[in-house]
Amino acid sequence: MSETLANGKKTTVEKDKVVLRFAGDSGDGMQLTGSQFSFTSALFGNDLATFPDFPAEIRAPLGTVEGVSGFQVQIGQVDVYTPGDLADVLVAMNPAALKSNLRYARVGGTIILDMDAFDKRNIEKAGFSGNPVEDGALDAYNVVEAPISSLTKTALEGIQLDNKSIMRCKNMFALGMMYWLFDRPLSDTEKYLDSKFKKMPALAEANKKALHTGFHFAETIEALPSMYKVPPAKIEKGKYRHISGNIATAWGFMAAAEKMKRKIFYGSYPITPASDILHELSKHKHLGVITLQAEDEIAAVCSAIGASYAGQIGLTASSGPGIALKGEAIGLAIMAELPLIVVDVQRGGPSTGLPTKTEQADINLALYGRNSESPCIVLAASTPANCFEFAYMATKLAFEHMTPVMLLTDGYLANGSEPWKYPKMAEMPDITVPMATPNGEAYLPYLRNKETLARYFAVPGMAGFEHRIGGLEKQENTGNVSYDPRNHEDMVKVRAEKVERVANYIPEQKVMGEGKGKLLVVGWGGTYGSLHTSVSELWKAGKDIDHAHFNYINPLPKNTEQLFSGYEKIVVCELNMGQFANHLRGKFPKLQFESYTKIQGLPFAVTELKEKFIDLLK
Amino acid sequence: MAEVAEKEEKPKLTKKDFASDQLVRWCPGCGDYSILSAMTGALPQLDIPKEDIVFVSGIGCAARFPYYMNTYGFHTIHGRGPAVATGVKLANPKLSVWEIQGDGDALAIGGNHFIHALRRNIDINILLFNNEIYGLTKGQYSPTSPTGLVTKSTPYGALERPFHAGELVLGAQGTYYSRTIDTNPKLMTEIFVKAAQHVGTSMVEILQNCVIFNDDAHGAVTDRANRDDFQLHIEHGQPMLFGKEKQKGLRLNGLKLEVVTLGENGVTEKDILVHDAHEPDSTLHMMLVRLHPPEFPIVLGVIRDVTLPAYSEKMEEEVKRSGEKSKYTCMDDLLNSGETWEVK
Repeated sequence: MSETLANGKKTTVEKDKVVLRFAGDSGDGMQLTGSQFSFTSALFGNDLATFPDFPAEIRAPLGTVEGVSGFQVQIGQVDVYTPGDLADVLVAMNPAALKSNLRYARVGGTIILDMDAFDKRNIEKAGFSGNPVEDGALDAYNVVEAPISSLTKTALEGIQLDNKSIMRCKNMFALGMMYWLFDRPLSDTEKYLDSKFKKMPALAEANKKALHTGFHFAETIEALPSMYKVPPAKIEKGKYRHISGNIATAWGFMAAAEKMKRKIFYGSYPITPASDILHELSKHKHLGVITLQAEDEIAAVCSAIGASYAGQIGLTASSGPGIALKGEAIGLAIMAELPLIVVDVQRGGPSTGLPTKTEQADINLALYGRNSESPCIVLAASTPANCFEFAYMATKLAFEHMTPVMLLTDGYLANGSEPWKYPKMAEMPDITVPMATPNGEAYLPYLRNKETLARYFAVPGMAGFEHRIGGLEKQENTGNVSYDPRNHEDMVKVRAEKVERVANYIPEQKVMGEGKGKLLVVGWGGTYGSLHTSVSELWKAGKDIDHAHFNYINPLPKNTEQLFSGYEKIVVCELNMGQFANHLRGKFPKLQFESYTKIQGLPFAVTELKEKFIDLLK
Repeated sequence: MAEVAEKEEKPKLTKKDFASDQLVRWCPGCGDYSILSAMTGALPQLDIPKEDIVFVSGIGCAARFPYYMNTYGFHTIHGRGPAVATGVKLANPKLSVWEIQGDGDALAIGGNHFIHALRRNIDINILLFNNEIYGLTKGQYSPTSPTGLVTKSTPYGALERPFHAGELVLGAQGTYYSRTIDTNPKLMTEIFVKAAQHVGTSMVEILQNCVIFNDDAHGAVTDRANRDDFQLHIEHGQPMLFGKEKQKGLRLNGLKLEVVTLGENGVTEKDILVHDAHEPDSTLHMMLVRLHPPEFPIVLGVIRDVTLPAYSEKMEEEVKRSGEKSKYTCMDDLLNSGETWEVK
């Protein structure tokens, strides 16, 4: 344990990548601590990826396993695509945090404990039979027993604050220790605290003092054997900022709106983990954003459809349970051939399921979750930052093809964050809406563009284009109600063909690797980071393995079948029971697809993927 | 030349301009025909260009209404009309938005959207065609059917108590509620015009007859023999008098309304309540909404019409405040805002 290691001299160990995990009570400020560490590291020049892991309960009882909130970040001097499988350093603010997070600590790694929280009551509350620090449960780790609470209290004596406010500074003490351990400057967080507590200088002072005290404590104690050095990564030149998936989603829509010179109308009902999109959009009303917190999920999507009908960008987002409720209305937009964007921030299901945990099990819902023949364009973002790009693309496709688009993200992308080389608006592609123009003849609402099959759009306020549409079957061209049998079949087919033809307007599927060989790893959406990391590591080790990651789910890119046919084996990896694999089997019945799945509310770990791939390569 | 063109005024729209080319397909004798006719008669009086008028509906017999209007129209899904209309109005507040509902559409499957549109005071006009029955699904009881009504789905009589639309409107803090009847085209036309002029959600309940599944449902107040004694037509600022000779009236007795007759027991016109549609306190409006035969007449006309900012007005105000507080005016500003860094 610590004593034996403390004898050695302090050294500096250089690492390619390091994983850190902060864990404490929901009220301990672990999310803030983690994001501050991430931000400082990004400014320092590391590449990184983060993963917040918090409970569905807002504040479960203090000291219980149910109330533990965690934040994991991987920093690197090499490209980082995931928050990492196991933590090299785990900070646990109480026994419950240790109990629920020990499984994420690497054997041989460092665990920093707030020893003041390890009293008999807390140990029992956490469900330990004995004191884990004393009974050998932690023998495989380098444990640092730090009296974080009491040292914070002592350090802040004399500052005019109540005891509760003082104790809430202990997360800054822990962060200070991490800044020493990873050789990071304190100045970025100091600046942040000054601005956050501008109106409460005593709180700013207390937090900064706790941060410094933690830093000096770590420097002084002999329990920490070495400092880690993670030098800056070689990162593409450009301007960067930090962004989470939900914020990137909101901004992508705002960017599309600005490009189209239309307003966003965002109809939404609060739901985890999609609500942050609503919060973000609500801040930007003067940038052409209308938000409506609707009375339910159905009103959210219906008001968005109304807004699209009136010529603005109708947008709604939810998670699985909410998307299930929106199904009938999405069918209306398909029938009325109106642009609509529906974001599904997927979470564990079915029913209420695991609200704060990630899953990819709504692909069937997106593809088939409506009555009758009702195809949708389906896209999936694959990193927190590219939620921006795909929100933008979703809007572009919805309007250029006059049909609803479902955009799939997930809890892991929504809350995860990464540095983002953000674009200039001038670089974003144009969006051209097929508006009807006066041509001397009566307007036919279902007359189509011959290439895309999108109908020409007229909105209220356009004189001479008054027309009626609705959910009843349409006669071709005129859009009048029609129960004619042949017409119905033709219209069902034309709506399907319109979606299929979107394949002519999306990029071809890329592959990382040779484009042929023994094993192709196929993934989609939020698993990009772990699949990419696993495949690149095996590739570097000389294995014959490639990776193709899909963002366009329906329609699939045109070269998909040809790409697949270059491999002996294809394995489709996803966080569900094999829904994308089944989608591919349906599309390409001649090809064989293996399915590798995980349904634990957690992302794939790189180690488990590599094991599976090595096995498949045998 | 340009000057001449500017001076040229568009010809006044007529009733005919608002009729679409579609064959009207309600049952012969359906009350909806007279509502449609009253609407095409009312719209020319409003001086709103055709292209700025949108009719939105849900599902049901009434919901076919937009197909018969030569304006913009959107026939949506069951019960969701108010939600779609909300989106239309907020996306383009200058539009005149009309939302057509039946009693099942508005008060059963769409009850939630109905009350929330009113609570938000979205500036739309909701017309509720209340025939107390499900017509399009061929004759089941509705949430406004009286208790005991025998229908296909209630062969032993309906067990439930009916909703009264007006009570819901007032409960949801609606700013405008009027009631009219499909047999009175003049009153309908008048009320449609007034509803359009009211800023905020205007709710018009139309007692409508379903000739096939619930014929004569409103007979107690519409039959020629009953009409005068069981219809009280109210107007803002006027005493609440009714009866063939306007000899009967409403008087407040303690916390209850009572019917009195002028000249009997010393009752004079001074004793009769004068209608105040603009009174923000809805207590008396609620009492008027609840009156029904045989004890009382039913109240027709504009029962409540109070002025409060519409949602879209507040929204425009909010955009201003958001702009004043913000440091950026476009996406490039936003992308460059806050903590950014450059890799060189």
